[in-house]
Amino acid sequence: MTDKSPHLTVIEQDSVNMVQFSDRKILEELSIREIEDELFALVSSTPAIKLLLNFSNVEHLSSAALGMLINLQKEVKGAKGKLKLSNINPQIYEVFKITRLSKLFEIHEKSADAMSKF
Amino acid sequence: MTASDPHNADSRNADPHKEGTFKVIEIQSTLSEAKLPEKLILEEIESSGYDEDSTFAIKLALEEAMTNAVRHGNCGDAEKKVRVRYAVTPEKVVICVRDEGCGFCPDEIPDPTHPERLSLPCGRGIMLIRAYMNEVEYREEGREIRMVKRNPAKSG
Repeated sequence: MTDKSPHLTVIEQDSVNMVQFSDRKILEELSIREIEDELFALVSSTPAIKLLLNFSNVEHLSSAALGMLINLQKEVKGAKGKLKLSNINPQIYEVFKITRLSKLFEIHEKSADAMSKF
Repeated sequence: MTASDPHNADSRNADPHKEGTFKVIEIQSTLSEAKLPEKLILEEIESSGYDEDSTFAIKLALEEAMTNAVRHGNCGDAEKKVRVRYAVTPEKVVICVRDEGCGFCPDEIPDPTHPERLSLPCGRGIMLIRAYMNEVEYREEGREIRMVKRNPAKSG
């Protein structure tokens, strides 16, 4: 099943909700807030969600987007779900490394690796 | 839009340290207006021979500096201004972003990578600017940030 909004495409496969971002740049506060609202709604409507964020389309990420991901992870944990990230390009992965958020999130190189680890 | 014409470089902004002639743009303090200097600076960078990694770095640092100026410096007050001075040469990019806020002491910003702060959703902008730019300096009691990115293709 596939669900599409202006910011996100959600593909449900093998009980995992895989999210792909439509935006190449997740920088601006307004769009980050909209993405956060959509992801929070998905978490609250899916008990014990298995959520995979696929960043294959994303070329830029701001610190505000990192903050949104941290809030999302708290929400997912609170709902007894699991969150994994995948397909992060080397430049953006460097941002995760510098901020040490690579330790906070479970990051996989490919979405298939992440899917098999839920 | 209250931005001054950045293409009319102001001779008063000529830099004594051979950083090129600065262009100046002043915007109302909103995140949508903040896109204008970003767009102009990135256009110049694209035509000045900077590689993909340098462009990524400058874009990220500029985004964070503009957001900090609008949100934290000017506290979201759209009546205030943000003044951006920039000089793009093939050797380096110098960008100064000044707000009209109360200023701050950058040394007092806590380390966002500390284990106790790692899961907090904010406080990483300045750290990313420092990580991605070659020089970062705060002036005017924290109201202005001056950032420099050198072109790796032009440095010995």
